[in-house]
Amino acid sequence: MSKSKINWYKYAAPANFYPLAGKVLPWFTGLAIILFAAGLYIGFFVAPPDFQQGNSYRIIYIHVPAAWMGMLLYVLLAIYSGLGWAFNARLASMMASAIAPTGAIFTFLALVTGALWGRPAWGVYWVWDARMTSTLILMFLYIGFISLQSSIDDTRRADRAGAVLAIVGVINVPIIYFSVQWWNTLHQGATIRLGSRPSMAPIMLAAMLIMTAACWVYSIAVVLARLRTIILERESEAPWLAEAPALQNNYAVE
Amino acid sequence: MQWNSFSEFISMGGYGFYIWGAYGITFVLLAAELTMLRARKKRITEQTALRRKLETRNSEPGTAL
Repeated sequence: MSKSKINWYKYAAPANFYPLAGKVLPWFTGLAIILFAAGLYIGFFVAPPDFQQGNSYRIIYIHVPAAWMGMLLYVLLAIYSGLGWAFNARLASMMASAIAPTGAIFTFLALVTGALWGRPAWGVYWVWDARMTSTLILMFLYIGFISLQSSIDDTRRADRAGAVLAIVGVINVPIIYFSVQWWNTLHQGATIRLGSRPSMAPIMLAAMLIMTAACWVYSIAVVLARLRTIILERESEAPWLAEAPALQNNYAVE
Repeated sequence: MQWNSFSEFISMGGYGFYIWGAYGITFVLLAAELTMLRARKKRITEQTALRRKLETRNSEPGTAL
């Protein structure tokens, strides 16, 4: 086993994490732009229309990635807020707060793009189907987390209260995932399942996976940027912010 | 290439409203997220700079606010 020379614990300290995140941020931003462009190009110009749904299926390239990100970001939110609570790690709690708005946006987008797809595919914008209802609950969990945190002035108490909500709410994620198997839903079953061939043309699948990667990288970029802002907000009294030379130009206001 | 003309691309075989609606709201929300984040960063940066300026001025000998 090779011994890593990087001391990863070092980056659990906001003072060390802040400049690191700033360094990697432009790379994720650039990669997100490239992936979105590539995914949309393949999805709209290379992939053919669906033989049943015509062109309306093209909503899949944003709907499925948004729904996946909504669920994945919630799991990450629960993990980070749990770590922040269990180990009193303030950076982990800040990460949870940084994730929540992006997760809420993707969940909302999954619901809205799903409604806009449901109308041509099923004839209705909305039904109280198990998958759609549990996804709506996911959005309320995000909103609950954000409002609960912002309603408590003491940040560490807000972090702990948010962590309880996030961890209890994580039960909803497997419910969303398995809803199409457990209940008889109008929503179609999983397009992609581990261990079986996807029921999708390879070019459509490629576009969808590239769009998923794009949403992933976008989320990493925007969450890191928000985390940096939260670090500034919470640690503005800390000496390291005044001392760190790399940050000085951030304060050149005039 | 799947389209013969620009208008064919826009109409999306009659599904234009749904498709452009879905992508439109995605674009608007992601743009709003980035704009709000930028404003939030600007606010805290300016506040911190102002406070630091006042602290420096107050710590200099012979000055009073």
